[in-house]
Amino acid sequence: MSTPKANLETLPRSVQVCLALGVLALAAFPFVGSDFYTQMVARMMIMGIFAMSLDLLLGVTGLVSLGHAAYFGIAGYALAFLTPQGEPVSLWWTLPVAVLASALAALVIGFFVVRTQGIYFIMVTMAFAQMVFYLFFDNKLLGGSDGLYINFKPEAKLFDLENKQVFYYFTLACLLAVYAFLRRLLWSPFGRALAGIRVNEHRMRAMGFGTFGYKLAAFTLAGALAGLAGYLWGAQSGFMNPELMGFHMSAHAIMMVILGGMGNFAGAVAGAFAFEYLLHLFKDLPAVGGFNIGKHWQLWMGLFIVLVVVFAPRGLLGLAQRLLARKEAHDA
Amino acid sequence: MDLANFLIQLLNSVQYGLLLFMLAAGLTLIFGIMGVVNLAHGSFYMLGAYLAYSLSGLFGSLTAAVLGGAALAVLFGLALEWLLFRHFYHRDHLDQVLLTFGLIYVFEELRSILWGDDVHSVAVPKALDWSIPLTDTLSYPAYRLFMSAVCLVLALGLYLLISRTRLGMKIRAGAFNRDMAGALGINIKLIHAVVFALGVGLAAVAGMIAAPVSSVYPNMGSQVLIMCFVVVVIGGIGSVRGALISALLVGLVDTFGKVLLPSVASMLVYMLMAAVLLWKPQGLFKA
Repeated sequence: MSTPKANLETLPRSVQVCLALGVLALAAFPFVGSDFYTQMVARMMIMGIFAMSLDLLLGVTGLVSLGHAAYFGIAGYALAFLTPQGEPVSLWWTLPVAVLASALAALVIGFFVVRTQGIYFIMVTMAFAQMVFYLFFDNKLLGGSDGLYINFKPEAKLFDLENKQVFYYFTLACLLAVYAFLRRLLWSPFGRALAGIRVNEHRMRAMGFGTFGYKLAAFTLAGALAGLAGYLWGAQSGFMNPELMGFHMSAHAIMMVILGGMGNFAGAVAGAFAFEYLLHLFKDLPAVGGFNIGKHWQLWMGLFIVLVVVFAPRGLLGLAQRLLARKEAHDA
Repeated sequence: MDLANFLIQLLNSVQYGLLLFMLAAGLTLIFGIMGVVNLAHGSFYMLGAYLAYSLSGLFGSLTAAVLGGAALAVLFGLALEWLLFRHFYHRDHLDQVLLTFGLIYVFEELRSILWGDDVHSVAVPKALDWSIPLTDTLSYPAYRLFMSAVCLVLALGLYLLISRTRLGMKIRAGAFNRDMAGALGINIKLIHAVVFALGVGLAAVAGMIAAPVSSVYPNMGSQVLIMCFVVVVIGGIGSVRGALISALLVGLVDTFGKVLLPSVASMLVYMLMAAVLLWKPQGLFKA
């Protein structure tokens, strides 16, 4: 179940070719797609970064965090606070500051949650994320329930992020950088230790690994990368509200990772694209008679999630992997 | 704060704590015995409140509504267990999280289709629509005392059921070692169905009796779910006694926090949780 193979940590050649084609398609998209869809794909890529950051906990370390949206939101809010009403702010210092803010929050909360395990971990991460949610929701100084506007995209001097295509390619570059970084990390001694913790934490501790430190480091790093996604989301949409750090957002991130397949980061990105596309699809359903199908998108999303968990518990890559296994058996 | 005011806040905290206990007990029983993390537990509370709203309109009496609603909720719980949950006892927590999250969406939307998105209110029953005077200016509503009494009776009943009856013994045996209990001839499947329906019933009854006080509104389920999680984390998983003590503690901190430190009140219970986790990562009463 949790052998490297089951998580598809090493991607088969065929999947790698698909990924390369996917990157080419993403790079070409702004030339063929309309403005609306270019922005939508940019948002999918941002969600891809968010999903990858959670996959570091979920798929690699085996920590089911149900409060990951908190770190996504904190960096976005940091950008909102740092951007003055009437002028843009420099990308080069606000991005690190925002990501650090998320990392710091993840470090502090991680110190409490990483001590717990299993169901406990799920509940505690969720409860702490809710605390962050209420901190922003109840506090007029932090924007309250209405949220905050970000009137200007960050200014980068070298390129113009206000230009939608430039922003798209900047997001794509971030996505690729995060993917490359996490793939590298997965095969580093640190990444191997995290995978070891997923498989058997007791044994890792017996072998002399300080698992608390490793898990806390993974939690902090995942929080920082979620912060990068949140920063980009804030810059793109120009708006932050508490719902973005709420429980639904955290659960969406889990759904993205599961839908695509855990533990190899490519699955998380694929899942994020699939999930965002489905949301778009369900919200766009037409009205039949007096019944507005699209308005009740949550019902279709919920039924879809239940069906996926019941019938395809390991997501799209799980299905692909079953097919691959069948092919292997056939070839042998 | 004078004595009468203090007394009112104390009664309010006990009432809130006992209400949380009804929910947390179901949640922690379902964890402890079946190992299922149920994010949709708050939805059963919401279901109860909406049933109380509809049925009390239909029957013209909240008592009849509570009895009828409880029966409906238990049937609903049994159907849900048979249809979905029993297939998830052996699946990992992640699958359970996803399943129950999907169910939250389904329930929320069905609620929106059936009952709309408005806030509804439920009338306090006539027989309990009076107040107990404490001083010349302050009085305490009888209905809130009645709520506490109902919760206390149910809590006591639950305690006796689990610690004193044959069924309770089987439930404890099943929680301790499912396979061994099964080998000794206990019908584990039936026990699971009963415990699940019991949990759903408790949550729904909590929603029904809370409806006149808290009114009936769309996202009441998710709000209460988080509080239940805090209660279970503080009390220790699977421990009903822990849930009771921690629910009362959370009730006290939340109620008095809102009066004494309103600016940080919404954070206080989480700080309490963090402090308990630092001290005892497994909760106060490890089951």
